[in-house]
Amino acid sequence: MKPLVRVNDFVVKFANVNGSGSASANRLFAQSIIRMGVPATPRNIFPSNIQGLPTWYEVRVSEAGYLGARGGTDLMVAMNPQTWDKDVAGIVPGGYLFYDSTRPLPAAKFRDDITVLGLPLTAICNAEYTDPRQRQLFKNILYVGALSAILDIDPVVIEQLVAEQFKAKEKLIAPNVHAFRLGRAHAEKSLPCPIGLTVRRADKVGERIFLEGNSAAALGAVYGGATACAWYPITPSTSLAEAYQRWCARFRTDPETKEKRYAIVQAEDELASIGMVIGAGWNGARAFTATSGPGISLMQEFLGLAYFAEIPAVIFDVQRAGPSTGMPTRTQQCDVLSCAYASHGDTKHVLLFPEDPRECFELGATAFDLADRLQTPVFVLLDLDIGMNERLVAPLAWDDTRRMDRGKVMTAEMLESGRDFGRYLDVDGDGIPWRTWPGTHPTRGAYFTRGTSRDRYARYTEEGDAYRDNMERLLKKFATARTLVPAPIRRDAPGGSRLGVIYYGSTAPAMDEALDLLAAEGIALDALRVRAFPFHADVKRFVQEHERVFVVEQNRDAQLRSLLVVEEEIDPARLVRVLHYDGTPITADAIVGEIAAHARVTPLRRAQSHGSQPQGV
Amino acid sequence: MTYLPKPKLHHPDLPKNELGLTRRDYEGAISTLCAGCGHDAISAAIVHACYNLSLPPHRIAKLSGIGCSSKTPTYFLGAAHGFNSVHGRMPSVLTGAHLANRDLIYLGVSGDGDSASIGLGQFAHALRRGVNMTYIVENNGVYGLTKGQFSATADRGALNKRGAANGDEAIDMVGLALQLGATFVARSFSGDKAQLVPLIEAALTHAGAAFIDCISPCVTFNNHAGSTKSFDYVREHNEAVNFLDVISGRETITLEQEPGTVELVTQHDGSVLRLRKVAGDYDPTDRTSAIDFLARHHQAGEIVTGLLYVDPDPTSLHGHLGTATKPLNAFDDAVLIPGSAALAKINASLR
Ligand SMILES: Cc1ncc(C[n+]2csc(CCOP(=O)(O)OP(=O)(O)O)c2C)c(N)n1
Ligand code: SF4
Ligand SMILES: [Mg+2]
Repeated sequence: MKPLVRVNDFVVKFANVNGSGSASANRLFAQSIIRMGVPATPRNIFPSNIQGLPTWYEVRVSEAGYLGARGGTDLMVAMNPQTWDKDVAGIVPGGYLFYDSTRPLPAAKFRDDITVLGLPLTAICNAEYTDPRQRQLFKNILYVGALSAILDIDPVVIEQLVAEQFKAKEKLIAPNVHAFRLGRAHAEKSLPCPIGLTVRRADKVGERIFLEGNSAAALGAVYGGATACAWYPITPSTSLAEAYQRWCARFRTDPETKEKRYAIVQAEDELASIGMVIGAGWNGARAFTATSGPGISLMQEFLGLAYFAEIPAVIFDVQRAGPSTGMPTRTQQCDVLSCAYASHGDTKHVLLFPEDPRECFELGATAFDLADRLQTPVFVLLDLDIGMNERLVAPLAWDDTRRMDRGKVMTAEMLESGRDFGRYLDVDGDGIPWRTWPGTHPTRGAYFTRGTSRDRYARYTEEGDAYRDNMERLLKKFATARTLVPAPIRRDAPGGSRLGVIYYGSTAPAMDEALDLLAAEGIALDALRVRAFPFHADVKRFVQEHERVFVVEQNRDAQLRSLLVVEEEIDPARLVRVLHYDGTPITADAIVGEIAAHARVTPLRRAQSHGSQPQGV
Repeated sequence: MTYLPKPKLHHPDLPKNELGLTRRDYEGAISTLCAGCGHDAISAAIVHACYNLSLPPHRIAKLSGIGCSSKTPTYFLGAAHGFNSVHGRMPSVLTGAHLANRDLIYLGVSGDGDSASIGLGQFAHALRRGVNMTYIVENNGVYGLTKGQFSATADRGALNKRGAANGDEAIDMVGLALQLGATFVARSFSGDKAQLVPLIEAALTHAGAAFIDCISPCVTFNNHAGSTKSFDYVREHNEAVNFLDVISGRETITLEQEPGTVELVTQHDGSVLRLRKVAGDYDPTDRTSAIDFLARHHQAGEIVTGLLYVDPDPTSLHGHLGTATKPLNAFDDAVLIPGSAALAKINASLR
């Protein structure tokens, strides 16, 4: 088997033990490649555990700029004996295995179609360090040094990154650089350096930044004007609330008095978190919670109240595979339906689907405007893949002329001027009534908030007509929402196609790559990335313009497809499921495999790269 | 059933408070509760207390859960915003509202089912956080609105209307509130307006988590012989430890009682609580002995009422959080949004 030869296009996977301090070393590795101008996309794969169980860190290096997961490992850095067999089996034929060769392993533990690179890391560390913690931590830096030699990564870049990382703790720079150089020197001495996989300087990163979705969403909340956050810890959303705390400490602390222009409460459970968010929203503050599927389940009753009582609220749901005792550290898009129809009674909610950390920021901020404008809960559906992984994205941007849209809030002056106030009165014809904040005016604008059983002036009534009147207005408001939510993004194949594909959220980078791969196979597709529910009018139009539309999702039950069928009354036969739901991020290969198989069994014309007529495959 | 507005015919001779408002200005819609329900007396006491304190009605936010008791906020303070939330979850909604605007006065109204059964967790956590509020549980030992099932405050051995005995131990909300760190704890009886009104006044002026357990007989489902929450039973077993007057900073304080029987507690806002002691050894500023006193008297089958505990200088949630003194809902874009320059710096640090 010929060893792989690839420049700037391969996958390195680190197998580590949770809690061994490998995370920062692995991050250093990924960052060094980005600093060399080559796009690299890391993904954490970790168990629900604090110490001892296996974790993996996968880095996809792709000069072509594909940021989705690829599947298969070209170079395995096997630092965890527990998972050895599986890790070795996961290497593609012709790939490479780097391991700690301190303890000899029988030949049967290896494969003969891969290149094995052993370095006695433990022995080197034991000879160099006496303190057990140092032995462990520096072993991680040591292997980064060795990898830099093996893959031909510029050592200056890594040393620079180390210096930046420990800027605040300067004492630590020298020992880390020392360990790095030690590993590099040992590799250069006893291994064939470089191997067939190499990193070569390029200029494919540009202005892009490297950022995690949860942190970006939290920053979006700050820019969206959120002042209150109530949350209950749950993976993979915890780091969102924690990031909000950090951003607020930086941007929302009164420089003189040190007073906080924000309030964060770690609630006793998710019922209390959403209750607090609703209380704050009712009282005129922008408020949010961060949670995951199990939390959404607990919030159901309150979400219905917020829908009917028309109270703004923002919910960041960082989705994970269900149920509560399911796979909390694995990614899925499995809460689409439970959020869209959260609660009892006739309810529907606004959902936003960011594709990456940049959109987590943008849609995160926009969610607060939508919630205020529409006076309703707005869900931002992240998932673990974008929430808890850093990703290369275009720089964040902000228009300084933008102002918070607080929606229809009647002020004391408006009330004083004698304007008619009916809390549930549709004066503007868009289904959105005016509201007042508590405490506004001594004699006007007060009302009693309850779910339903009231008339347009919030007066108690159990009359059926008043109930129906209100329910119809809520539908009208939902129709208004369609025109306000972010529009889908459409990308047609050159010359167009009779086949379409709809996708959303974290599927985007894998889809980008899949579209290229399919085109190379002669299968051209028009693509539509849906960014919100209720669906913008363009979504139905897109489906109508295509013979068949694939709907790519990371869940078992094709949840977005169900929404399309139910809400847009689209013939289900036109919507073909393409599903991935094993808890790993979706790959281009998986998408290509399913779409190509379907396209092959369905007789369709070959795509042409030009021509004025819409083309199929 | 449709809303019944109360006729707003003001009697010209009605007395006015410092704001020039009459008692009628503190009332709400006509009650739809059963005639004689204890809850209506509590609503009247709230009206009275707010009037006496000359509170601007619209600066009060009234929040409740679900139950007959939780319906009552429609029946008082018609000029205030109200929020009938979900069963047992008023405390979280109130907490969130309070985060948004610390300048309003928060009044939470709940029932024993609402706060001791389904909402026990939220009740506990709102108190331990020290939310600055007045939290009144209108305690009748049953679920009124679902027609008379025992609630978690029903005493063991108490009989329901059909004669069946309650087998479960009762949750003592006052004992819980003391343990959870509430800085104002009182118990009263809807049938004792003279005791209740000043307690509500004191709670409203208290700058921390104030809790009042108000026994409030359900005339329809829990006012029979064998009930321990009936008017007769509570009257017979009521052991008041003190009687309270709330004196605003401006009034002069006269001590006409014998020395040793009157205690003055000055609250943070300058108001003075004048306590006429009945139980001579009772010290309402000592949390531990209050817990002990209550436990002993509970054993003896007595219902201890009065101001049971007060910390005259309480801390509260916003204090713990270090929140700005200006309400969070009053900040504008200039303060809240860091802008593009800050974002450029963030971008630079992420390369
Ligand atoms: C989630 C939920 N479960 C059950 C109910 C039905 N329910 C309405 S009021 C009530 C009990 C109220 O009891 P309490 O708080 O003591 O008020 P009371 O009517 O006695 O004043 C119940 C169980 C509900 N509204 N919501
Ligand atoms: S059922 Fe009981 S609690 Fe409810 S209104 Fe009637 S008397 Fe009051
Ligand atoms: Mg009750």
